Amino acid sequence: MSILVNKDTKVIVQGITGSAGTFHARGCRDYGTQVVGGVTPGKGGTQIDQIPVFNTVKQAVEATGAESTMIFVPARFASDAILEAVDAGIRLIVTITEGIPVLDMARIKTKLRTSGWLGRLIGPNGPGLITPGECKIGIMPGYIHKPGSVGVLSRSGTLTYEAVWQLTQRGIGQSTVIGIGGDPIIGSSFTDLLELFEKDSQTEAVLLIGEIGGRAEEEAAEYFKKKMSKPMAAFIAGQTAPPGRRMGHAGAIIEGGSGTAAEKMSTLERAGIRVAKSPEDLGDTVAALLPRKTQKSS
Amino acid sequence: MKLHEYQAKAVLQQVGIPVPAGIPLLSLDDFPSVIAKLPPPAWVVKAQVHTGGRGKAGGILMAKTNAELEAAAKSLFGKKLVTAQTGPEGVVVRKLYIEQAQTVQRELYMACVLDRAKGQPVLMASAQGGMDIEELAHNRREALVFEPVDPSNGLTAEQARSLAQRLGLQDKVLESVGSVVQNLAKAFLAQDASLLEINPLGLTSQGFAVAMDAKMTIDDNALFRHPEAQGWRDLAEENPLDVRASQAGVNYIALSGSIGCMVNGAGLAMATMDLIKVHGGDPANFLDVGGGANTQQVTEAFRIILSDSKVKGVLVNIFGGIMKCDVIANGIVAAARDVHMEIPLVVRLEGTNVDEGRKILQESGLKLTAAKDLTEAAEKIVAATR
Repeated sequence: MSILVNKDTKVIVQGITGSAGTFHARGCRDYGTQVVGGVTPGKGGTQIDQIPVFNTVKQAVEATGAESTMIFVPARFASDAILEAVDAGIRLIVTITEGIPVLDMARIKTKLRTSGWLGRLIGPNGPGLITPGECKIGIMPGYIHKPGSVGVLSRSGTLTYEAVWQLTQRGIGQSTVIGIGGDPIIGSSFTDLLELFEKDSQTEAVLLIGEIGGRAEEEAAEYFKKKMSKPMAAFIAGQTAPPGRRMGHAGAIIEGGSGTAAEKMSTLERAGIRVAKSPEDLGDTVAALLPRKTQKSS
Repeated sequence: MKLHEYQAKAVLQQVGIPVPAGIPLLSLDDFPSVIAKLPPPAWVVKAQVHTGGRGKAGGILMAKTNAELEAAAKSLFGKKLVTAQTGPEGVVVRKLYIEQAQTVQRELYMACVLDRAKGQPVLMASAQGGMDIEELAHNRREALVFEPVDPSNGLTAEQARSLAQRLGLQDKVLESVGSVVQNLAKAFLAQDASLLEINPLGLTSQGFAVAMDAKMTIDDNALFRHPEAQGWRDLAEENPLDVRASQAGVNYIALSGSIGCMVNGAGLAMATMDLIKVHGGDPANFLDVGGGANTQQVTEAFRIILSDSKVKGVLVNIFGGIMKCDVIANGIVAAARDVHMEIPLVVRLEGTNVDEGRKILQESGLKLTAAKDLTEAAEKIVAATR
């Protein structure tokens, strides 16, 4: 899907001089992404493998024309880093950082809404996004991906890789894979991004990977019923999670549903979405959605 | 991070929300000094435990005289409470809170929580306090009123009054409750809470509001900016293995089965538990080593899993993104050697540096079974632990 990122996308890396920032700036660059600069206050003027480092996002944008950023800044400063990117004219902010206080994200979302920012925030606490063969802004291993026509949206990191790997091994490629992040408050929801997949001519079907807690999957099911013409498959992690125990990202009681996997699965199925019962069936479940010509036996 | 009732009430008191006069009793040895400072009787003696449903389980007692108070305190200390939320193992009472008993005419419910869908906090309240809020939210949602809370500025006085009005309140009570509502939102934001609940908020015949019970949870991600709150953590309320894991920087939850799991990523970890169940096995734990885990953390995670005597076999499922397969392989080899691993070990590795990782395992001389995909991994571990 070249709506969000493609081979022409220019990316800077905020927090590039930290070990994760450096490792993944290189990883993206090696995949073929145009990593045109990095930002670490106080390290402006230095370089990482010939990638120029700047003191501020504004300076980086002025020098490179970058419109996207990948954020590795530590949690206590990450919300400032996001706002700095917004102020500097960045249009796509991919926040990898884990551990950002929830109320910081609530304040960011309110600011973005009231300022009328037209860009897109992905994450935090996610692996990023990738348009296979063109552009990777994230920490996912590139080799497991293959260009194709299935869009993938996921709250998870490594479970996404599992899904993608199963697809690739069956010869089913991906248009764009987006990790929306595991935090309670995130920049873009399933519903926000389903709209983009629906409009994308390259995407023929969508795989949604959810988990217990919150109402993201229920909202996606609503959107699917009302607005989507393309087929969708889903998997919900946490069928065996005991109720009331917090497992990594798990969530709240406020939403009125109890947020269990069983409830989500049944809501998705009632909406006409095909739901995989076991994580080993992700590839097969998607394969069943596609016309025979796009499938190959593995 | 969960707080005890007495800690939550200290927070409420700081923002001007009335609470009954009370003193925590953290050890029976403190009883003489505490009793000297108590307000006049009658008193409510309350178990301080990180679980709801105390009252029904016998965790709240009344006392009218010093003798009754001493008897109540002695009977509650060390008592095992089994509530609807604890499961049959229950929890042991290690702390008490002794409060002046209140006479109230009415009880309301109110809480500030995060509304994930809206991406901001919300204040919710009901004219029917004292009831189980999950049941209320599920079965009688129309009994609840809501007001969104600006995450920077909190609630205005107007919003607070409007909420109190929608609860059907008037005059003095309206003012008292409006003030509580506004201050509750203020405390929620100031403390980085994920939940701050008053259930019930009692209303006296003179129209004063008093928080009879309080429950509070602080966002773990925000603890770095609340140094005083870190001292509120009560490790004794947590499972010792969970505590050890959190000190090692891994996310672990003990379950009841026999197949130990080590996975990177919460979603994949939950999916691995699901996978094991589908194949007829039973997971012994949830364990997420996370994306940045080093060899030492992986080794410690392994030791934690193995210290659960119910574990008959271990499945390691790592898909490396940030986590590198060679790091995990080194961790597995070190841990298995350190603990003289005897039980079946199935390892499935995929992702960043996978070839190096598989090589390390192959050359280690360890007795382990490799699996290429989820199906093979599940079949092998379930068969090995049958």
